[in-house]
Amino acid sequence: MPPEAKVEPIATRHAYGDALVELGERHEEVVALDADLAVSTQAIKFGKRFPERFFNVGAAEANMMSMACGLAASGKRPFCSTFAIFATGRAYDQVRLGIAHNELPVTIGASHGGVTTGEDGASHQMIEDIALMRAMPQMKVVVPADYNQAYTATTEAYELGVPTYIRFGRPSTPSVYEEIAESLGGGVDVLREGKDITLIATGHMVWRALEAAESLEHEDGVEAEVLNVAIVKPIDAEAVLGSLSKTGVAVTAEEHRVVGGLADAVREVAAEQHPVPIFAVGMGDEFGISGTGEACMEHFGLTARGIADRAREALVLKPIVSRPPLFGPEWS
Amino acid sequence: MGTAANLASVSHLRPVPDPKPPPRSAEAGERPEPTIPELERWATVLRGECVRMLAVAKSGHLDSSLSAADIVTALYYRVLRHDPERPDWPARDRFVLCKGHAAPIQYAALAHHGYFPLGDLMGVRQIGSQLQGHPDMNRTTGVEVSTGSLGQGLSMCLGICLALRLDGLDDTAQVFGVLSDGDCQEGQTWEAATAAAHFGVSNLTAIVDYNHLQTDGTTEEVMDIGDVRAKFESFGWDAVEIDGHDMGQVVEALERSRTLDRPAAIVAQTKKGRGVSFMEGRFGFHGKPPTPEQAADALAELEATLEEQTKALQTAGEDS
Repeated sequence: MPPEAKVEPIATRHAYGDALVELGERHEEVVALDADLAVSTQAIKFGKRFPERFFNVGAAEANMMSMACGLAASGKRPFCSTFAIFATGRAYDQVRLGIAHNELPVTIGASHGGVTTGEDGASHQMIEDIALMRAMPQMKVVVPADYNQAYTATTEAYELGVPTYIRFGRPSTPSVYEEIAESLGGGVDVLREGKDITLIATGHMVWRALEAAESLEHEDGVEAEVLNVAIVKPIDAEAVLGSLSKTGVAVTAEEHRVVGGLADAVREVAAEQHPVPIFAVGMGDEFGISGTGEACMEHFGLTARGIADRAREALVLKPIVSRPPLFGPEWS
Repeated sequence: MGTAANLASVSHLRPVPDPKPPPRSAEAGERPEPTIPELERWATVLRGECVRMLAVAKSGHLDSSLSAADIVTALYYRVLRHDPERPDWPARDRFVLCKGHAAPIQYAALAHHGYFPLGDLMGVRQIGSQLQGHPDMNRTTGVEVSTGSLGQGLSMCLGICLALRLDGLDDTAQVFGVLSDGDCQEGQTWEAATAAAHFGVSNLTAIVDYNHLQTDGTTEEVMDIGDVRAKFESFGWDAVEIDGHDMGQVVEALERSRTLDRPAAIVAQTKKGRGVSFMEGRFGFHGKPPTPEQAADALAELEATLEEQTKALQTAGEDS
């Protein structure tokens, strides 16, 4: 039975749990590991359904990642879950040597990415995981925008069988997609077309970017194009350039440090092939703080209004664009 | 304290089926099980390869390879059920060099078993060689998982054990990991030790090549890891301590470990640089390749040892 798309707000981490059960039913070699956060990450659903294929290692993330290496080297398809902070920060070397270096088919399901983790505060709010995982050779980095896309991201990670980091979130978020697609494709979707400016968002910032585009249209008469970058690495450069060459200016939006994350991924593409002004909405040189998830987003300006305001600043600089891209689609 | 001598008194045993690897090709023939003196001679051969490899490479960890030579020889030449002609045989025993910096000794054993040509050994650590500074599963046939970052190996072994269990092969395939002093200083090793007991794996053997020397000094000076055997025992493992250069004890402890119903630790007291007298148990050689003069001296000594061992074997052969 094909999975049912969600319409109501729901957290992306639930998609991980649901998709994992489907994968477990379809594929004998799928195993899941978790580090005492199985309820939070939703891996518990798999654990209840397939207890013999589920390994809760306790609070020992390094051990979990290296165990996944051993399991994958022996033909299994491990899915490891914990909070993003521990998956990347604590176990970096284990993920690096055991999983990425060996190019093993291990999926890291990292929940509680970003400041929407909320009340637990800075120690638990991971805001540089995308940067760490992007820097790691051979690691694919996926940040789904909603439950439906998160479901696809999880099942496709099995299909593709490469080292994959998927970032999930804690809070319920509105759905962006109406159905659960079979594939993420190149990982960059144009959710709304526009000619004046490109809003490039990932994860929890995608629905906010769509709201920002609405307000830009109504309040300023600006036609903003909205891109969802679900696969941050390897980024679909052609899709990004296609929009940049049309609008000539962009704002990126991520619940993450602007260093090393989506902003830099987009800027790298643009700087080499089509330099246009690219402004970033994201975390500066600062750690998170305690508060409700939404209050934290407000505090750091990670809101629709934050994106719209940055877009208004960016539009002032638009006229400096003067030449077509070196590669990629035609200048228009 | 558990030693090789009183191993028989331990009761937690399990039956061990003895599967045969797929038949070898006709020309390879059946390899008879080597005797203890024969194993000792092979260990000398492999030690010599390590000296030559690292003298050519001009980098690498010679003394760490030499301390593990007897353990690795006992495994590859006698204990491991493996088939160089079918390195992916599902029911094979697994060997994981957790102390990946001792790669030369594993490479020497693999090459002498025909996993790759002997000539490849001299390319170790050089551009274009399949033999990396630390074992790489995607480049070198016979390497089960890449290692080199201390502390990760035992967890990898545990992952392999669990995969074998899911495949119904844990009664036949044993996973042998060789750890160093440094591995025992890494916290992750003890995460793995905890988990191995918790998950009740019965096909895991951790051999600690306890040579008491590390990069910055003696292990006791740098960070004393104390009674490693007692530590493993307190984690719920079967744990014994042996002389890691007494081939009889090494083989006995390894063979026994696969008969246990719980994870097994073998703390092998060893000497860094074993077999080369000017290096043996001496600080200052870790990660330093031999100079040409040192290599010549080391090889001369190892060749003399080899000659002695060969002569003794011939005499024994004539006597019987």
